[in-house]
Amino acid sequence: MKKEPLIPQIGVITDIRIDTPDVKTFRVVTPEGKKAFLHTPGQCAMLSIPGVGEAMFSITSSPTNEEYMEFSIKKCGCVTEWLHSAEPGQEITIRGPYGNGFPVDTAFSGHDLLFIAGGIGLAPLRSVINYVRHYRSRYGKIDIVYGSRSKADLVDYREILDEWSTDSGVNVHLTIDRAEEGWDGHVGFVPNYVKELGFDTDKVAVLCGPPIMIKFTLSGLQELGFDKTQVYTTMELRMKCGIGKCGRCNIGSKYVCKDGPVFRCDELDELPNEY
Amino acid sequence: MRKCTDIPALLAKIAGSRRLYLPVDGADGRAHFQEWTPDAVWSSALNTVRSAKDFFFPQTENLMDFKREGKKIEIIDTRSEQEDFVVFGVRACDVRSFDVLDRVFLAEPVDTYYAARREHGVIVSVACTRPAETCFCGTFGIDAASPAGDIVCWKDADTLYLDAQTDKGRALLDSLGELTADCGTDAVDAQKALIESRMEKLPLKDLTTDGFGGDALDRVFDDPRWASLSESCLGCGTCTFVCPTCQCYDIRDFDTGHGIRRFRCWDSCMYSDFTKMSAGQPRLTQLQRFRQRFMHKLVYYPANNDGLYSCVGCGRCLARCPISMNIVKVMKTLGRNDA
Amino acid sequence: MQTVTREQLLNLAAQKLADGTVSRVYGWKRGEFAYDLTPALFRTAEELERGFVWGDFCGANFSKYLVAETRKSEDRVLVFLKPCDSYSFNQLLTEHRFLRERVYAVGIPCAGMADVSKVRAACDGIADITSEDGALVVHTLYDGDVTLPFAEMLAERCRNCKSRRHVAYDELLGEDGEVLDSHRFDEVEALERMTPDERFAFWQGELSRCIRCNACRDVCPACTCEKCVFDNPKSGVENKAAADSFEERMFHIIRAFHVAGRCTDCGECSRVCPQHIPLHLLNRKFIKDIDAFYGEYQAGAEVGSRAPLVNYTTDDIEPGEAVERGNRHA
Repeated sequence: MKKEPLIPQIGVITDIRIDTPDVKTFRVVTPEGKKAFLHTPGQCAMLSIPGVGEAMFSITSSPTNEEYMEFSIKKCGCVTEWLHSAEPGQEITIRGPYGNGFPVDTAFSGHDLLFIAGGIGLAPLRSVINYVRHYRSRYGKIDIVYGSRSKADLVDYREILDEWSTDSGVNVHLTIDRAEEGWDGHVGFVPNYVKELGFDTDKVAVLCGPPIMIKFTLSGLQELGFDKTQVYTTMELRMKCGIGKCGRCNIGSKYVCKDGPVFRCDELDELPNEY
Repeated sequence: MRKCTDIPALLAKIAGSRRLYLPVDGADGRAHFQEWTPDAVWSSALNTVRSAKDFFFPQTENLMDFKREGKKIEIIDTRSEQEDFVVFGVRACDVRSFDVLDRVFLAEPVDTYYAARREHGVIVSVACTRPAETCFCGTFGIDAASPAGDIVCWKDADTLYLDAQTDKGRALLDSLGELTADCGTDAVDAQKALIESRMEKLPLKDLTTDGFGGDALDRVFDDPRWASLSESCLGCGTCTFVCPTCQCYDIRDFDTGHGIRRFRCWDSCMYSDFTKMSAGQPRLTQLQRFRQRFMHKLVYYPANNDGLYSCVGCGRCLARCPISMNIVKVMKTLGRNDA
Repeated sequence: MQTVTREQLLNLAAQKLADGTVSRVYGWKRGEFAYDLTPALFRTAEELERGFVWGDFCGANFSKYLVAETRKSEDRVLVFLKPCDSYSFNQLLTEHRFLRERVYAVGIPCAGMADVSKVRAACDGIADITSEDGALVVHTLYDGDVTLPFAEMLAERCRNCKSRRHVAYDELLGEDGEVLDSHRFDEVEALERMTPDERFAFWQGELSRCIRCNACRDVCPACTCEKCVFDNPKSGVENKAAADSFEERMFHIIRAFHVAGRCTDCGECSRVCPQHIPLHLLNRKFIKDIDAFYGEYQAGAEVGSRAPLVNYTTDDIEPGEAVERGNRHA
């Protein structure tokens, strides 16, 4: 049978975890209880509720999870609102995987890694963080800087505390925008925190978050001596087909769905400034 | 080379074995592709209002149906087997547009909807004896005297000369039997010479692509003259929809009352909501949207496709744009044209 | 065929730029051919000299551009208004859509505009077109010069011109004309004489050609919503292509309802339609009915007039009577 890139398969939501007031994490398997398809860290999938719409989401779970896929989804549009009102057992449609993913076997391999995320920007990074934790020996020291508006808005907070923070060779640095009761960690915006922490530049950095955070964190990293060729980020644009044809996510000669969503920051300089 | 002196009989013969589409003058006095009927007369107009891309990439196309019941979803592939069809009377520019579309839709992963139509469609092209003042296919290396296509035709008075160029074309030509007869190339050579001399007189014959191409991003993108070029743009989709190579599309769901139909339809980068997301809008101004369309045709597409431009010089946008702004004016303003 | 010359318009515009009355001028800019003129802003006398055109193909109505243009700068912008454009101008003003004090309106007489698609139907390979003694002389690529009577090349809206009198201007060039006794409702009456089935078939045939490019809406001076309902993804009716043929019709019918009582019958919708759908007939039907039910009313004839559909009077036709009259056509 020919591969049908636009026709999805059925996925079943088997578990819904409330992460923050506006983020839920959905666990998805096929009706047979298997993973829908294999993917690499940083790749995406098209999820849809027929009649509501179809939208692209980064796959939050690591490829090393062989049982299911997870999607951490913030409520911000038609499809996401519908998903947030769904209950376990709900079927959806799923197609993918789409995009290039992170260069975990090449540029990341053997290096110290610095992951920097803001808010829901942790979603695509969680996949790659758990992947490198799984293949711990292939990578050097791992630093994770993660910030959100408040403690309640930290996605995957339990997993961060219980698993990431307890790993050896993994340093987690959390921050929230404003001081609040019950928080004795760092307070302040991510870009400033990165500069305060003052990382040495012998590593690869991965950035994900709101555009404004990416912009300031990148210049912060450059102040610390990082070169743009050491910094990766992911892009988000409107997508419909996911296979580089419908034209929505076209910037310059790139299609974000196919050539991205992961870009090295020096590659972004080659694109027109329309993202 | 074969010739046929009874064109209506030839068309009827083709239509006897498969669906045949050809340009016919409509009630509005303009040529439109329509399915052959016994009283359909092949239009003498240079070109159709809409391009021939509709046959492979229709404006609206059902992709699949869904049934939703409780928490369950059923996916129904509603396609039926694609039948063979012939598109007759396609001009050289439109034939090139299929190459442009192929490089998008037939690139991995292959668009199976488009691929099925391409596989089953036979293109019968016809050389242009009277190109219009708006024609500039030559700018893109297209030869109106010798179009591509499965079968190429030249029309001289009431005689049609046919030359099959592909296996598909040869199969079709062979099936026409006694309606065609072998002939020499003298008449066609004379036609070609006539067309070539006429191409030399076209007002846009000197238009060049100099200054554009895959590596022209920095030179062209920040040119301040995009502002004046786009200042009167209405933001409508006319240029996009009459263009034989524009292929952006939208995918939408429609509640039929009996289920959900997922269809795709042409979309336009000129529209304000084309790139709008819940999270923001990367192209906020009409200048940006206008620039995207021309950058795509003259820079981005060639960058990804070995220098091939995604304009074929058919001139439809020149004739149809409500404000008469078009790719020729863009190229003359921003390119390196002496004219 | 026009009674004022390009030089008159150009000199006036250059003078207004020079004396600081305006900082820019809306005019028709020269294209590749005789007919493909683009609405453009001119900022200097040199730009005017190089590109400004006035002639028989200056159909574009600039009124709608003033909505955005008068918000860009406090300087005044000069705009040329043909008589029919001046009705759109007034209607937009009535709806408070642009800032009048930032406009310098120059009324120019118009002898009607030619429709290049009519020229194209008569000859092909249009190398150039010149106007001579009531005719258009088309210099063709293949057939030498072809002389076409100007009256036959007129756009439909100009053949049925409703008025050669300007209803708005700051300055008038040339002689003003009169409101004309036009035959613009003849085509509507022809449609009314059809049986409902014939009429349905007529519109089905016309509207089935629609490609939903939205040019009719985007050019329409009565369509100035900041965000059209058909562009709003949350409206549930946003569509680029019709999900079915019913929707195609609904787009045009809803639009006609939305501009009813406000449409000045400028005819831009039909001028720009790439598929040559006679969209103005939908609007004209509304105008004719409004005239019949509430007394003659011309949108845009005066600034601030209250359109019958938004102005209750005790003389208004009873709804039942309106329905009955409608049924007579059904």
